[in-house]
Amino acid sequence: MFHALVGIKQVPDTTNIRIDPETNNLIRQGVPTILNPYDAHAVGAAVEWKRKLNGKVTVITMGPPSAVIALRECIEMGADRAILISARQFAGADTLATSYVLAEVTKAIHEQDPIDLLFFGKQAIDGDTAQVGPGVAVRLGLPVVSYAVKIREVNLEQRYVVIERKTENRNEVIKTSLPTAMTCEKDIAEIPFASLPDLVYSLRYVPEVWTAESPIRFDFAQLGLKGSPTTVFKTGTPERHVAGEVFKVAELGVEWVVKAALDKIMAAGDVDSILGVKK
Amino acid sequence: MTRRFWVYIEQEDGKVHPVAWELLGVARRLADEVNDQAVVEGILVGNHVEEIAQEAIHYGAETVYVVDDPRFKHYLNKPYTIVLTSLAQKYGPEVFLIGATTLGRDLAGAVATSLRTGLTADTTHLAMGEVKDSSKKLLLATRPAFGGNVIATIICRNHSPQMATVRPRVFSSAPRRVDAKGEIVHETIPITPDMINAEILEFISNEVATVKIEYADVIVAGGRGLGGPKGFALIKELADELGGVVGASRACVDAGWIKYDHQVGQTGKTVRPKLYIAAGISGAIQHKVGMQESDFILAINRDSHAPIFEISTMGIVGDLYEVIPSMIKQIRALKEAKHD
Repeated sequence: MFHALVGIKQVPDTTNIRIDPETNNLIRQGVPTILNPYDAHAVGAAVEWKRKLNGKVTVITMGPPSAVIALRECIEMGADRAILISARQFAGADTLATSYVLAEVTKAIHEQDPIDLLFFGKQAIDGDTAQVGPGVAVRLGLPVVSYAVKIREVNLEQRYVVIERKTENRNEVIKTSLPTAMTCEKDIAEIPFASLPDLVYSLRYVPEVWTAESPIRFDFAQLGLKGSPTTVFKTGTPERHVAGEVFKVAELGVEWVVKAALDKIMAAGDVDSILGVKK
Repeated sequence: MTRRFWVYIEQEDGKVHPVAWELLGVARRLADEVNDQAVVEGILVGNHVEEIAQEAIHYGAETVYVVDDPRFKHYLNKPYTIVLTSLAQKYGPEVFLIGATTLGRDLAGAVATSLRTGLTADTTHLAMGEVKDSSKKLLLATRPAFGGNVIATIICRNHSPQMATVRPRVFSSAPRRVDAKGEIVHETIPITPDMINAEILEFISNEVATVKIEYADVIVAGGRGLGGPKGFALIKELADELGGVVGASRACVDAGWIKYDHQVGQTGKTVRPKLYIAAGISGAIQHKVGMQESDFILAINRDSHAPIFEISTMGIVGDLYEVIPSMIKQIRALKEAKHD
């Protein structure tokens, strides 16, 4: 039976984050948390292939207790099992400490119920690091196909998968042995609408909670802040640039304003050649 | 002991990604901030890459470690990770910089995990600095976080190498010196098929991806203010008139009006063209971090309070559907006047 595991993250909706102009602090209050968008598409792909191959989808996340909301959303989309990995020891984890936890949990699940494909979103929109997926793969010794845009074939008998991935200049079609890890672009699948049975199932579903000691005992030295080689040295707000002149079409007329803009662009030296005109 | 500052020389099909030369410039500056025993070295993996190794020397690498093997002709995460991991274990670099490209981000995440060290992604500023309780200067790696709303400086105190990926176009290229001298060291890494277990079956060319907006001199970018995908036809017309390329804000990409390859900003590309025209882009912080280093920013927006005007060299408050056609007309008139 096909078994897909999806690693997801609940993130603040960064498009709604604002900075307090007085204190320069991040205003987190009232910022909704959402299932990381790329992860939602990864869940969509996992569910799509579970239906094709008659299998199941397990979703895992490391995060605070409130992350069960994101897990439940995955169940609504058609995932079968959801695990929240949550304990104070995990707090402050950077990508290396996170990949340790997710890799250990994946191993434990794999022992009970062998995994064929390991899905991640290509990156989370809060950190944008894109490191956790490849990190987990490395820890498990698995090949990783990042920036996946399409799964062409999953062959459970001959134990391979064919995935199309995006690179800077072209797409590549890669064949790898199962199990394989992949990180997904949004193109990988549509976000599935909840079907009625899945919706009903999700309402009753209570995600499992795994802690730092149960059901597996982690090496505490590799967890959270303690297990993170990187630390934040300082934070600040982006420097502000000096604003230039602003002209209003309503006051000066479009012809005049555009001419003023072109004159100024041409006067800016280097840009001269761009317009192909000299004054 | 020699303090090694490493740069991954990214290449595909024998073509170097320009970010490699930018990183050699950065690494030189960082090495100079430490002491005169610090060296800048390049790491190059591929097949028939001797010429590139020589180029890396021209751009400032004192030594280039080359792994040249048909099995490494094309990039695959796992074998490349094994190569970089074993080279790092052999030589113990202090700092290791990799371009924050599609390939580089994929590779760096795996290598850092494999070496059990820290990696700061997508950095926009790098320095070597004094840190309390540290006997030597550490890499201060600064990057935008939370959609560009915050700038965070990250350190990696007790692990080595200190790794960072660096966005293309954030730094300028190192100067190319014709007379630069350096050493090319060939390395062999024993690798077996089970260490790879992946193969590339086919390449599909992607026409959109050939638009390298991060290296364009002129970008005309459209935002939500275009009102719909058709607005990009007008944006393209102006871009063509200026010999430039089309950029877009994340809102347009998320709405499906234009492909991701055109996206400028924190989750898209960082650009620093000579001229950036932002039409109908409000200027969310996540967009600004990707384009604020442009030499000349012309913002066109109907809302005089749009944040884009805070960073524009010049702003026009007005309807872009009125302003841009007038601009195209006047540029054409200027060109004709020149030909007369």
